[in-house]
Amino acid sequence: MATETTDVLVIGTGFGGSIPAYYLAAGGAKVVMLERGPRLASQEFTHDLQIGTYTRIVDYIRGTGCDVTVGNCVGGSSVIYFAASLRAPSFIFERRGTSGRRLWPAALNRRVMDRWYSRVERALPVEQQRWNDVSYAGGLWAAACNRAGHTCNPVPLAVDISECTACNFMLNGCRFDAKRSMLLNYIPAAEACGAQVRPLHEVQAIGPALTSGYRYAVHYTVLDPDDYRVPVDGGTIEARIVVMAGGAMGTPVILQRSAPLLGGMPDAVGRHFSPNGDRVTLGIMDEGKIAQLLNLQRSPGVAYDAFPVGRPIGSMSYDYLDETRPEFTRFSLQQIYFPTITNILSEDEVEGAATWFGLDKKDLTSRWRSWLTVLAMTEDDNEGVFGAPPPSGNFTRIAPAAALGQLTYQTNAQTQLGFDTSDDAVRSIIEQDGLGRHLLWKAIPNVQSAHPLSSCRIGDDPATSACDDRHELRGHPGIFVTDAAAVPTSLCVNPSLTIAAMAERASAMLLERAHEYGVAVATRIPPPGKNARHWERRCEDPAD
Amino acid sequence: MNLTRRQLLKAVAAAAVAWKAGAWPVRPPAAFAQTMPDDPAIVPTLEAFADTLIPGEKRHPGDRAIAGAAAGPGAVQAGAVDLLNFPPAGVAATIPAIAAGINARATAYALANLIVLDPAVPPLVSLSFDQRTAFLVQLLDGTDPDQLAFFAVAALMYLAYHTAGHLHLADAVRDGHAGMAALGFPQPDDDDLWRFPDNSYRRALAKPHPRTSKRGNPW
Repeated sequence: MATETTDVLVIGTGFGGSIPAYYLAAGGAKVVMLERGPRLASQEFTHDLQIGTYTRIVDYIRGTGCDVTVGNCVGGSSVIYFAASLRAPSFIFERRGTSGRRLWPAALNRRVMDRWYSRVERALPVEQQRWNDVSYAGGLWAAACNRAGHTCNPVPLAVDISECTACNFMLNGCRFDAKRSMLLNYIPAAEACGAQVRPLHEVQAIGPALTSGYRYAVHYTVLDPDDYRVPVDGGTIEARIVVMAGGAMGTPVILQRSAPLLGGMPDAVGRHFSPNGDRVTLGIMDEGKIAQLLNLQRSPGVAYDAFPVGRPIGSMSYDYLDETRPEFTRFSLQQIYFPTITNILSEDEVEGAATWFGLDKKDLTSRWRSWLTVLAMTEDDNEGVFGAPPPSGNFTRIAPAAALGQLTYQTNAQTQLGFDTSDDAVRSIIEQDGLGRHLLWKAIPNVQSAHPLSSCRIGDDPATSACDDRHELRGHPGIFVTDAAAVPTSLCVNPSLTIAAMAERASAMLLERAHEYGVAVATRIPPPGKNARHWERRCEDPAD
Repeated sequence: MNLTRRQLLKAVAAAAVAWKAGAWPVRPPAAFAQTMPDDPAIVPTLEAFADTLIPGEKRHPGDRAIAGAAAGPGAVQAGAVDLLNFPPAGVAATIPAIAAGINARATAYALANLIVLDPAVPPLVSLSFDQRTAFLVQLLDGTDPDQLAFFAVAALMYLAYHTAGHLHLADAVRDGHAGMAALGFPQPDDDDLWRFPDNSYRRALAKPHPRTSKRGNPW
């Protein structure tokens, strides 16, 4: 049987894969997208916490020193994200870390990025929450910030607020099509232009192609939908261009495994990983003080008592995003709700041997509706390193949604300074005049991140960046990394909009250069538009 | 407490002897069983483990697995053992070995702390609530090579109480599941979905940052 061929093979279907897939398919290229997870229709996204529901599309990957939560389905993490869509502050692009040199490519700064941010904001689209839309928890955080002398903003969201029921099940995927995942825009637009999406196709390695005119052979296995540990089939597709978008936890592992087949990899593949400086802490709020000090009342006699009510991300203080502060002491402070699957993590309020379980923890969880969780997104120092890849897949799956990864992340003094400084800031807001008690997540000593970045980053210095400033993998022409792995540093905000904007920029450059790899495409393609009528109009025939 | 490997092996051997002498025969771990075997030691051991994590009241006066350290239902009543045996959780086959590991270490703990175990019940069940707590601190926050497996069991037991992970959530909340009721988890609509039309204080509660961009971003 002849080996299957395609112009462009895209590995992964999240922000980083769907966006290039759309532009290249609309430009006239033959595009195949391989996704290790299943494809779910809107009605299959549940309001449930039963094992076997959300666990179909979410993976929790345990590393050494850092655990990461990622999406595992068509649409990738865009399906499970909480939709906060923020531009990274200007100083981020000037960051140096402890390297002594600028970490982002000279070609990129906030002004350059603004053009690409705007495109994504229109395509998704992103809406500005009004105070009327901000959940009780977001309102409480804003009022607490205000009382402590801080500003606080409603957070822009990629949510159609008119369609949103504020169900607070965003991790499970949105069954009302209100959250703007890739399933509602770039992916169907790519498919309208002929792109094929193949779920449950887990890429194992990339090697050289044998067919004339094709550069790379991508080897995959097909997974059992009922047990992702079990392969049921496999195959190879040869491509002229390969777009790597398996996420910051997937892309480096596939490339590491491919190194012997492709004659080596840049040193920075699987190095310089960042968990985006994520740091979650918890406030146990005093209902009486909320009423007395903040003058809040959501119904007669009830001040708050509403932790689970409404959209998960409501408000956020930008006060510490001040470029004049020293690096590693700048961060945002965002109100965020996590599903009760994370309730194990917090410490209790009482000194004693059992810090996160037992009698005191049970007492604490009985006041769950008065909790308030805050996510600080700090500046870390890209300390993460991936070890040797497992025999197959991106990690070793041990149970549904639970895996052991190869990542090691040892927090250095600079990163710890960011955590400590942000902890102090949150504590001063929450504990002012006894408004609440500030507690840490202590059950697991590892950093907990939902924002993995930088494991194959772009940059100008070949020693510390796997890809050049056009996202091309050094030494491997025709392989482009366009996902979170390409983002050079932590961002001090939720990363999805930056990942998407960088993928937009990379896509524009890919359209310009595709002919160098034997792929003829139209070079100017507008964003996908809002519906099927728009999507079909976008499809270009490069021969015209 | 620091145990040498030799001390630990001796303790494990002592545990096996104590166990064999009692009413809880040692059986070979059914490593490949699809569901938990009918070993009478396993369930009370797991229940005592769960009850130490999220304590509750005794189910009946003679209940020994539950220590009765807290009022109201705890992890056991919330279905901690049911969840471990829930097929999609995918861990049932490993549970006999983990229960045996817990009891071996509980025996070592008892020996090291000069605690006399009651051979009529599994070693963990024989410990008092305070002793169980001290033992679990050592087991879960310590450096045991199998710490990850014990922590995974603890995490699943937390999911039983905090998510009703073995049940359809809407049913669990409506039926007054112990954990979801304790949290005060909101009730679903009739179609088993959640909607919060009333979800905001609906007023500006802070000044936005003066350098906020037109679209609401930091500068």
